[in-house]
Amino acid sequence: MNFHLILFLAFGGVCVAGAVNLLAQRHPINSALSLIAVMAALAGEYLLLGAEFVAAVQVIVYAGAIMVLFVFVIMLLNAGEEEETKGSRVAVMFGVPGMLIASVLMAWIVLRHSGTEAVAIGALPGDPRDIAQLLFHNFLLPFEVTSVLILIAIMGAVVLASKPESQSGKVD
Amino acid sequence: MQNRWGPTRVGPFGLLQPAADGIKFLFKEDLTPPHVYKPLFLAAPMMAVIFALTSISVIPFGNSIRLFGYDIPLQITDVNIGLLMILGVTSLGVYGVALAGWSSNNKYSLLGGLRASAQMVSYEIALGLSLVGVLIQSSSFSLRDIVDAQGGHFLGFIPRWNIFHGQFIGFFIYLMAAYAETNRIPFDLPEAETELVAGYHTEYSSMKFAMFFMAEYANMITVACLATLLFFGGWHGPLFGPPLMQALLPVFWFVAKVVCFLFLYIWVRGTLPRFRYDQLMDFGWKFLLPLAIANLVATAIAVAW
Repeated sequence: MNFHLILFLAFGGVCVAGAVNLLAQRHPINSALSLIAVMAALAGEYLLLGAEFVAAVQVIVYAGAIMVLFVFVIMLLNAGEEEETKGSRVAVMFGVPGMLIASVLMAWIVLRHSGTEAVAIGALPGDPRDIAQLLFHNFLLPFEVTSVLILIAIMGAVVLASKPESQSGKVD
Repeated sequence: MQNRWGPTRVGPFGLLQPAADGIKFLFKEDLTPPHVYKPLFLAAPMMAVIFALTSISVIPFGNSIRLFGYDIPLQITDVNIGLLMILGVTSLGVYGVALAGWSSNNKYSLLGGLRASAQMVSYEIALGLSLVGVLIQSSSFSLRDIVDAQGGHFLGFIPRWNIFHGQFIGFFIYLMAAYAETNRIPFDLPEAETELVAGYHTEYSSMKFAMFFMAEYANMITVACLATLLFFGGWHGPLFGPPLMQALLPVFWFVAKVVCFLFLYIWVRGTLPRFRYDQLMDFGWKFLLPLAIANLVATAIAVAW
C-alpha cells in the first residue's frame, strides 16, 4: 500500500464518519460542523485524485461559503437541541436495511460499469486549463444557461425574502 | 501615529517582549466560563490559528536556491492552484471567529462573531474579484508562475510588476478588502471595544485569547505576502554583488516588501478612525464590488484586444 492510498482511505473514513456523526448529533451546530468535515474530507479526496481545481472549489464554495450560511442561520435562530422522540420503529426496521442495500447496490453498479483505471489515484484531469476549455468552449451554452438559472433563483430569493414596501412600516 | 517607547526591559531594546508575552500567556490560568458550549469554545481558537497558519504553506518567498547540489525551492509546497488554496483556507477561517462568538454564550461575543462573519463573507467577494485581473494577465493560479510573469522592466527602468501593469485599481480594491478580511482598523467592527467589550474573544483568556491574536497577525502576514506576490513582483528586485548575495537578495526583497505592507497596517491603525457598521457594508457591496467587477471587465477587454 502506498502512502497516497492510505491517505485516500483515511479521508474516506473521515468522510463517512462525519456523515454518520451528522445524523447522530442532536445539536444542529454539531451537525453543521460534521457536514463541513465531510466537505473538507471530500476536497482531500479530490486533491488525491489529481483534481486540484475541483478540490479548491469544493472548499471555497461548499465548506467556505454555503456552510458559513448554514452556521450563520443556526447561530441567528439560536436553534436548540433536537427534541428527542421515541423514534418510529418502522424507520429502524426498514430504514437501516434499506440504506445498506442501497449502498451495496450503488457500489456494485459503480464497480461493474466503470473500469478500474477510473479510480486510479492522480488520474483525473484536474488542470484549471482543461476545465476552462470544457466550461467555456465545449459546454459554453449549458454553462451560460445554468448561470442564468442561478441568477433567476437569486432574484426569486430576494423577492421572496424582502417585505413589501407598504407593510414594512406598520408591522413591527 | 504614536511615537512612544514600548516596553524596553526584556532583552536588547525590549525585542524579547513578544517571547515573554507568549510565555506569560502559556502559563496563565486557563479560564473556561460557565454556560459556554465547551467543545466549540475550545475548538474555535484552534480552528482560527490552524487555518491562518495553513495558508502560509503555499506562499513562495524566493526563487529556488542551489545548496550543496540540491535545488531548494523557497516554498513549503508548490501546488498549481496555490492562490485558490489560500482563498479557500482563508474562507474557512470565518468558522473560528463565528463559532467563538456563538459558543461563548455572551451577547457581546455573539454580536462580534456575527459581525465578523458577515464582514468576512461580504468582503471575500470583492477580494476574490480583485485578484481575477491578475490571474487573467498571468493566466496561472500558481503563485510562482504569477511572480515569474512579473520579471523584467518597462522602458528599461519601471519594473514589470502588476501594479504598474494595469492592476492599479485592482490593488487598491485588494488592499481595502484585505483590511476588512483581517478585521483590522478601519474595519475592526467585530472587536469594537467601545461597543462590544472585545467582540468574539470577550470570554477568552490566556493562550486561547493569544491564539486569536496569533491568527489575526498570521492572516495579516499572509495578506501582505499575497499583495507582494500578486501586485509587487514578489522577490523581483535589483540583484548585485557577489554570488552569495545574489542568491539571498530575492528573499531580502520579498521580506522587505512584506514588512512595508505590515508597516502600512500599523500606520493605518494609527491614522484612521473606525467605520460605522452600515458604512462598512455599503462600502463593501455598493462601492468595492462594482468597482472590482468593472476592473475585471476592463482587464479582460484589454487582454483580449
